[in-house]
Amino acid sequence: MTANDVQLAEAPVLEAVRVNKSYGHHQVLKDVSLEVHPGEVVCLIGPSGAGKSTFLRTLNRLEAPDSGEIWVGGDPIGFRLDNGKLHELPERHLSAQRARTAMVFQHFNLFPHFTALQNVMEGPVRVQKRKAAVVREEAVALLNRVGLGDKVDYYPSQLSGGQRQRVAIARAVAMKPLFLLFDEPTSALDPELVGEVLDVMTALAKDGRTMLVVTHEMGFARRVADRIVFMADGIVVEDGTPGEVLDHPKEARTQQFLRRVLA
Amino acid sequence: MTITTSQTHDERTLLPQVRLKHWGRWVVAALIIALVLVLVWSAAGGNIDYAAIPGYLVHPVVLEGLVNTIVLALTSMAAAIVVGVVIALMRVSNNPVASVFAVFYVWLFRGLPLLVQILLWYNLALVFPQIVIGVPGTDLSIFESNTNDVMTAFFAAFLGLALSQGGYMAEIVRAGLKSVDSGQIEAAQSIGQTPMQRTFRIVLPQAMPVIIPPTGNNFIDLLKSTSLASVIGFLELVKASNNISSFNLQVMETLIAAAIWYMVLVTVASIGQRFLERAFDKRGRKQGMPARLTTGRSLSSSIFSAPFMRTKR
Repeated sequence: MTANDVQLAEAPVLEAVRVNKSYGHHQVLKDVSLEVHPGEVVCLIGPSGAGKSTFLRTLNRLEAPDSGEIWVGGDPIGFRLDNGKLHELPERHLSAQRARTAMVFQHFNLFPHFTALQNVMEGPVRVQKRKAAVVREEAVALLNRVGLGDKVDYYPSQLSGGQRQRVAIARAVAMKPLFLLFDEPTSALDPELVGEVLDVMTALAKDGRTMLVVTHEMGFARRVADRIVFMADGIVVEDGTPGEVLDHPKEARTQQFLRRVLA
Repeated sequence: MTITTSQTHDERTLLPQVRLKHWGRWVVAALIIALVLVLVWSAAGGNIDYAAIPGYLVHPVVLEGLVNTIVLALTSMAAAIVVGVVIALMRVSNNPVASVFAVFYVWLFRGLPLLVQILLWYNLALVFPQIVIGVPGTDLSIFESNTNDVMTAFFAAFLGLALSQGGYMAEIVRAGLKSVDSGQIEAAQSIGQTPMQRTFRIVLPQAMPVIIPPTGNNFIDLLKSTSLASVIGFLELVKASNNISSFNLQVMETLIAAAIWYMVLVTVASIGQRFLERAFDKRGRKQGMPARLTTGRSLSSSIFSAPFMRTKR
């Protein structure tokens, strides 16, 4: 690694600074800060209700935080920096910022009126305005990579849950995003279909893609994550390597959670 | 009672079964047929000149009324769809004033009887003798006319039908929009679609199967409601038949001719509706089968032909 590479790797591709979010009187996120560097795989773990999914959804502004900043690839998401002030952007401009990120949902959210291939091509062609012929080749290659080369013309309703989620992953990757957000991607799957989705995600991590994964799959987190962030009650309790957080947790809250899920 | 036998199941002859006779069904069927025969017989013996009806069906005045009915129904339905989509989008918008306005619109235009609305529009000149579109605060006028010149019978009927039907359409469109899973909107946002793209590529195509059937029903209803325009003298089917009978007093004969045309129009509309519904339904029934086996089609054709399909997760 040259000095220049180190320099590049140092600049975070995603930076959340003191993000707060409340629903009514319930504060879901309390001053949550996080940095993700290019190529990093970060797993967000924690009990349900900890604010993991809400936090993930603030990162592409599907959820607007009450306060705090999200910087994506050097730009404040949802805002335009001008003269030391952040000016809120209308949604059509926010859309352009979102197009640099991608998300995989718990319930897949594939477009049911499009085929697998059309689902994957929609973003690159319609949003990024890239050449359809080129995108088509890439999309077919991506579907091949997730093991669905024979299903390009199938509609989501004709696919199993695991297959749908793999199409959804291909749809996200096709955007060539700065990073991939995964919101509990295997929680809605039948147990025997979880493996095929985790395999695809492991392959993406090996490719060096930047990933932020909210998950309950501890085995996956241990194997694949560079960093594990443990959240509880709207705060980041612990942040470290899998060895540090899973094997030698410092905080009592982490230890208590791990005793329960690993028991 | 049991029949004991030493024979095996394969060898034993089955006992004869006596079917239930359903005497009640025969009695009811006979009563219905008798009733229909009595009605037909008395209608045939009634004081109606049946032979005159075919002539009235193709009478030039009736045909003019038929064309006017069709034109009024189609134009006001088209306008009602536009009004409905706009009001529905206002209703679901984040702007509270737009949303409240939409609620008020639906309340008012769905609440007032259609005949009252048509009469109010037709008599607008009593309140505003002149219609002037000008620049506020100046004497400059862009458009100026007598209200009675603008508010023809056709235009009054058109406004009444379009605005009240627009209220119904708004509710139908809103139900369609609500039927689309919020995850679809989030997925569209996550790939960076603008609100416009999201509405037209993701939300509306999925809302269509919910919107089309009740829209067809409402069109049939509107088709028949055009008859109310006869009250303000618009020459549609009923007014046409009245015009003829006011000369020759063949009231029933001309009305039956109009009625036959209404049934023809409604039948055609019903067939059209069923055709539309089936077109959407067929796409929904493709489960378990690949949509196409090859990827040979061009992107534009394949994306534009993306069928309006709804699925359950």
